[in-house]
Amino acid sequence: KLRSPRVSIEQIKNLHNRFTYLTQDEDTLRREHLENISNLALNPIRRQIIEAFFDKRNMGEKEKGCLQEIGFEEFVTVLSFFRPPKPRTADEEMKNVKKEKLRFLFNMHDTDKDGIITLDEYRRVVEELLSSYETIGAETAKAISDAAMLEVASVTVGQMGPDEFYEGITFEQFMQILKDVEIETKMNIHFWNLDTRTMQCGK
Amino acid sequence: MELKMFILVLGLLVGTSSPDMGTNHGKSPDSHNHGPQNQGNHTQSKKPFPVLSLGYDHVRLPFEISLWVLLASLMKLGFHLIPRLSSIVPESCLLIVVGLLVGGLIKLVGEIPPVLESKIFFLYLLPPIILDAGYFLPIRQFTENLGTILMFAVVGTLWNAFFVGGLLYGVCQLEGHRLVTVDLLSCLLFGSIISAVDPVAVLAVFEEIHINELLHILVFGESLLNDAVTVVLYHLFEEYSSVGSITVMDVFLGIVCFLVVSLGGIVVGAIYGILAAFTSRFTSHTRVIEPLFVFVYSYMAYLSAEVFHLSGIMALIACGAVMRPYVEANISHKSHTTIKYFLKMWSSVSDTLIFIFLGVSTVAGPHEWNWTFVMATLIFCLVARVLGVVGLTFVINKFRIIKLTSKDQFIIAYGGLRGAIAFSLVYLLKTEHFPMRNMFLTAIITVIFFTVFVQGMTIRPLVDLLAVKKKQETKRSINEEIHTQFLDHLLTGIEDICGHYGHHHWKDKLNRFNKKYVKKCLIAGERSKEPQLIAFYHKMEMKQAIELVESGGGAKLPSALPSTVSMQNIQPKKPPQDRALPQLSKAREEEIRKILRTNLQRTRQRLRSYNRHTLVADPYEDGWNELLIKRKKMMELEKKISQMNNYLTVPAPPPDSPTIARARLASDPQAWGLKSVTESIPTIKVDLASPQSPESVNVVDEFGKKGSQSKASKEEEGGLTMKVPSPTKQRKDKTADEDNDKEPQQRLMRCLSDPGPTAEEEDEDEAFLP
Repeated sequence: KLRSPRVSIEQIKNLHNRFTYLTQDEDTLRREHLENISNLALNPIRRQIIEAFFDKRNMGEKEKGCLQEIGFEEFVTVLSFFRPPKPRTADEEMKNVKKEKLRFLFNMHDTDKDGIITLDEYRRVVEELLSSYETIGAETAKAISDAAMLEVASVTVGQMGPDEFYEGITFEQFMQILKDVEIETKMNIHFWNLDTRTMQCGK
Repeated sequence: MELKMFILVLGLLVGTSSPDMGTNHGKSPDSHNHGPQNQGNHTQSKKPFPVLSLGYDHVRLPFEISLWVLLASLMKLGFHLIPRLSSIVPESCLLIVVGLLVGGLIKLVGEIPPVLESKIFFLYLLPPIILDAGYFLPIRQFTENLGTILMFAVVGTLWNAFFVGGLLYGVCQLEGHRLVTVDLLSCLLFGSIISAVDPVAVLAVFEEIHINELLHILVFGESLLNDAVTVVLYHLFEEYSSVGSITVMDVFLGIVCFLVVSLGGIVVGAIYGILAAFTSRFTSHTRVIEPLFVFVYSYMAYLSAEVFHLSGIMALIACGAVMRPYVEANISHKSHTTIKYFLKMWSSVSDTLIFIFLGVSTVAGPHEWNWTFVMATLIFCLVARVLGVVGLTFVINKFRIIKLTSKDQFIIAYGGLRGAIAFSLVYLLKTEHFPMRNMFLTAIITVIFFTVFVQGMTIRPLVDLLAVKKKQETKRSINEEIHTQFLDHLLTGIEDICGHYGHHHWKDKLNRFNKKYVKKCLIAGERSKEPQLIAFYHKMEMKQAIELVESGGGAKLPSALPSTVSMQNIQPKKPPQDRALPQLSKAREEEIRKILRTNLQRTRQRLRSYNRHTLVADPYEDGWNELLIKRKKMMELEKKISQMNNYLTVPAPPPDSPTIARARLASDPQAWGLKSVTESIPTIKVDLASPQSPESVNVVDEFGKKGSQSKASKEEEGGLTMKVPSPTKQRKDKTADEDNDKEPQQRLMRCLSDPGPTAEEEDEDEAFLP
């Protein structure tokens, strides 16, 4: 049930080695396995990253919810979101690639899985980003997330009466505000392009 | 007018460059302009006291320099005043033409035109341009594409040098009679000089065409980094061309030398950069000389590198790039502006002077035209560039995620302009060692002219024709910033999970090292702990605040999107409360009216403060909608209260920027909310914590009460007239005269329904200044 057949055998083998290393030779990957990675402990958004691996929405299923453990297939599925698009991709397909990647990001923010990023969820994102700096208070994070939310609302919805309530960022609005960031070229891991022998030079 | 000035300055230049002027002294050889002191001039006959005398010699040098600078600047001015010229012809071409004219004029007068001396070029004219480029180098794009840039700079330049040099040698041998004396090493030397893409020319042309950032950084980065290669090749071939042969050992040493030159240059630059950053940590009491440190340390880096024959350009770039993040965190905003403008000014003047002198030197320099050689050089240069770019891209694309398309390759190849650095390097050659030097000079000038004129002029229409992606002028939004940071962490995390130590992993490690150790040393005070997101947020707010002040505080900002979204639209709401208006007794109404009146008076005099912690959208539109609704309510109230005077005056809030809007909301986020009225109305309190404070007054009442204020109260308030803004539907009818009326009042108006100062507002006032 791999998302796309373009992955090469070599890459699958490398990933499988890594999978077995992480799970210490067990069959399925659980959250604790990922939490044991020492480098990941320093990452401010590690919780969201780990959750993304267990999120059913990223597995191409229509259902929502979390899994408690995943197999190798799901591991590769999640990692394949970070595959760079092929050089001669048509514009239409590029848009799809972009949409998929943005969807992954969106799911990471939308923790209660209701399809909308509410102000609270966004605030939590900002707080986590700033969590590695001890001196930052909660109000600053609130201010920044409020500003950001306001900006999204202003850009996407525009005119809103004073009584209306802006529920949160929907996926379409999310795509709209991030359309300039060029996700399809940035959200890639070089891992997919190399086997371990070649040198990397630049992105 | 400009023409007259131009002729005048030209005349002065022509005049001063002739040595005859120097002898027009006054009566005594050492007369000063202020008070002649004829100490050593005792003669028998008494000379009349020289009231006015001429002593040109001792100001000659600065005078001439200033005249040249003045000429350069006036030319620049002039070009932009001629409307269509600057859009067709790039500035560099025009400047060369001017140089040609001036040189021609000087020659006509019979004098020797000044030539662009290499010493002046390398020590005074080149550093400002490079520093400007290095200080404002977009680090992120540069490091992301570093591999590609290095490939083009090192391998590309080497390929160019050997291809051109080798083929030229072949042509020389074939051509026979005059050229057969040119040996291989001289050809290779010539090839290495001419193969380097010139940063000055590239900057001059690319700046005008606004190409997308990737291409810009590729070509520009290449032009900067190939300096090391050029330096090594130049010294190598120059050294050994007298000997006549090169051994493998020499080649090996050459490679080692290249590494030393480039890395050494970078290290020297980095050291000076860190020194500058460290110095700037302590400048909080002497803000005035902050820019000086930046300039002097950078120039010292350049000179120090030149002392050891290291690559001065790379030192300068390294110095600027290293010191910038720390210096900018330490220095004041004004110093930052000063640095920016001084660098731009100097680099602009240098740039102009370089091109003018190129023109003048063309007229002046000893030329030796040889059709074969020159034509061969030109063709080989172009061919080498194209082949080099295509070949290298083929290899590079295997390693890049964002592949370079053929359009990109074309622009990169076409953007390989040669410029004054090549010229100066040839000029440095001595004729004794290189009998063909003049021929080289002619050939180089031809190539430079060709690239600058033909390629420079045609690149703009070609860019449009090929529909190359242009630079996006969008302002960076806070959402993009948040998500860019988020992406960085995400990709680092994924790399860690994959066990792959890639680009992001090392970048993250570097950032962490930077945060933990370096920033503490180099940034003063609390700023060292400030995360990038906060810094960005502050910068954004500062920018908006400045924009607001500059726009006069009241005018509508053109960029603001008309949006009626405000904080309350976003805050999660409690279920809407009962909005019924209770019946109020007359006495109660009077009380309310009085309170409202006094509050309104007070708040009208307060200027809204900025508060970066709370946000508001554009209150102008907000106000309109609000007032629309309130007007409806008012109508209802009117029925209850007799003799309502509709001319109330609610000061319409000016359509101002989000920041001011923010500031307004700071004091009154609930102003726009319709709240239920409770019995305990009298105080209008703003409670920021809970969006729906049950104590807040129903603003409708406020308006209603104000509406019931008769003309008497208007007079009371000193004749401040405000008009009820009519509902939006009917606005079109009244817009004309209301807009007129609002204009003079906009400055006062920040206080629509500011319910009054509360303790929290006082806090917010202080919170702004960090």
